[in-house]
Amino acid sequence: MRIENHPILDLDRDEEKEITFTYKGKEIKAYEGETIAAALYAAGIRVLKASSKYERPRGLFCAIGNCSSCHMVVDGIPNVKTCITKVKEGMVVEEEVGKGDIVD
Amino acid sequence: MLEKTGIPTSDDLKAIKPDKERLKKGPVALIECFRKIPCDPCFYSCPFDAIDEFKDINDIPNLDYETCTGCGNCIASCPGLAIFVVDYNKNTLSLPYEFLPVPEKGDLVWGLNRAGKKVKKAEVVRVKDPAKNDKTAVVTIKLPKEYLMEVRNIEVGELNG
Amino acid sequence: MINTDILVIGGGPAGMTAAIKASESGAQVIIIERYHELGGQLIKQTHRFFGSKKEQAGIRGISIAQELTEKIENHSNIRVMTEATAEGYYEDEVVTISHENKFKKIKAKKVIIATGASENMLAFENNDLPGVYGAGAVQTLMNLYGILPGEKVIMVGAGNIGLIVSYQLLQAGVDVEAVIEAAPKIGGYLVHASKIRRAGVPIYTSHSIKKAIGENSVQGAEVVELNDNWEMKVGTEKVIEADIICLAVGLNPLSDLLIQAECEVVYTPELGGDVPIRDENLKTTKDHIFVAGDVAGIEEATAAMLEGEIAGLKAVSEIGYSNENIFEELNRLKTELNKLRSGPVGKVIKNGIEKVRRGNYVGKNRYSHLR
Repeated sequence: MRIENHPILDLDRDEEKEITFTYKGKEIKAYEGETIAAALYAAGIRVLKASSKYERPRGLFCAIGNCSSCHMVVDGIPNVKTCITKVKEGMVVEEEVGKGDIVD
Repeated sequence: MLEKTGIPTSDDLKAIKPDKERLKKGPVALIECFRKIPCDPCFYSCPFDAIDEFKDINDIPNLDYETCTGCGNCIASCPGLAIFVVDYNKNTLSLPYEFLPVPEKGDLVWGLNRAGKKVKKAEVVRVKDPAKNDKTAVVTIKLPKEYLMEVRNIEVGELNG
Repeated sequence: MINTDILVIGGGPAGMTAAIKASESGAQVIIIERYHELGGQLIKQTHRFFGSKKEQAGIRGISIAQELTEKIENHSNIRVMTEATAEGYYEDEVVTISHENKFKKIKAKKVIIATGASENMLAFENNDLPGVYGAGAVQTLMNLYGILPGEKVIMVGAGNIGLIVSYQLLQAGVDVEAVIEAAPKIGGYLVHASKIRRAGVPIYTSHSIKKAIGENSVQGAEVVELNDNWEMKVGTEKVIEADIICLAVGLNPLSDLLIQAECEVVYTPELGGDVPIRDENLKTTKDHIFVAGDVAGIEEATAAMLEGEIAGLKAVSEIGYSNENIFEELNRLKTELNKLRSGPVGKVIKNGIEKVRRGNYVGKNRYSHLR
């Protein structure tokens, strides 16, 4: 859910460019310039990965790239900090399970 | 107690109350800033030099009620949104407001006390939201005298259906 | 290899003022920032700042970020590298970075480390459930991206961040069900507390969170009263429904790079964690490295900006960019900083800084065993 009106911030999105990316095979709309995690959150997705040992659901924690709670597989690359990585048109984003495999 | 609840006690409030004679003379500012913090913009905001210059930036602001004209310039300058203006002649209270929707003149709003409880319905008589206030609106509401020292916030919306 | 006079690591308030101050003398400056824009945590601070009017008090953090960013962009001798993370500090004073997914090396005559801080976690059952967020994360969602973080929030911590973010949540249209605080007293400025109180938010001091409730995301929390010894009082548990548990339980200096660079670092509770030993000009025990901002000790942004200026000015003066008024200017900045720290909160910080001032610290460096 997005905030429409704010007493302090100007959240007018008329000038923003809409893009589309894929999450678990589903198309999701986002605004250019926002991060993957932000776009997923706006679409109501809070679980971003499963923890490496017990596979417990994990979502954001710090949202500024300090912790590793938002690691996801993006275009085949694991352990991408989705809270500081901008979403791009056509990106393929998947939930990460475990520690992430090395890509050739 | 203030440190536990965030609500100033009657003892805290005694420190800021101008006397009855002063209140009769017209509008006056009340600075509800009770503990030392490093902050001084209110001093710079007063066009009448009614707030003493801070010897130490942590000092509690000291307002000279005789010099204060109740112009309300300080209201939106306070980062703690802790300054109010009461006018016992016109029975009005001016307060800072940073929520949406900003009410309009003539609107009926709830007056809330320092604990956020609805205590009295009030009519909005003035709204100042100039660019220099940078989105802190100053809303003036009309209230019976006995509520001027009690109401410190408003709830907008519900009463205008 | 990229050569420069000054490398500033971190584009928050301290790093930005350090870069500006350094560049004003004519030095070539590079500032690197992990995020895709400068500003650090300022870009989500919608509230007016405290402090001295002369040092931006009364101005909203977002406006300060904008002003500093514009200043930096207008300086022809500052190079900004965003989406750039420092990876390591080498013996030949080379800093390696990953910049837009490329590995690069920067050699600077002086390095100013202004990496900031990270938010503390709190131990309780289910604290890893999605919906348990740092207060900064909630600010990022709502104030940077205009995304509603949730419907109902329990704020843990009544320090300034907990109180301010509670107010910002109300402004975004989110209900703040309660602010809970383990200490018997509110830690933040009482004007902030009064502001959310009169908007109807209850503040429970001597309370803590026992567990988060929910399967795949937060549905509520069990909170409990604490006795005078900060122990949970059995039988006082109650459940508060909420979809967000927001943690505002302090910050921890991000001193990893300093430790790796072999600056002497000391655990100093007054300053929030591991902080570098430094002199009054923010120079660490390494001649090449200065620090500024939260990485030097957790404080307010106003103090960070002053520290940045001091470090920036002193660093360039040491590599030959002299300014006639440097001593006066340094003294003025230090006086301002001192004034800011003259209150009760500042006193604790000053005590901490005294402990880690170069020459004062006697004891074992916490990380010397790593060498």
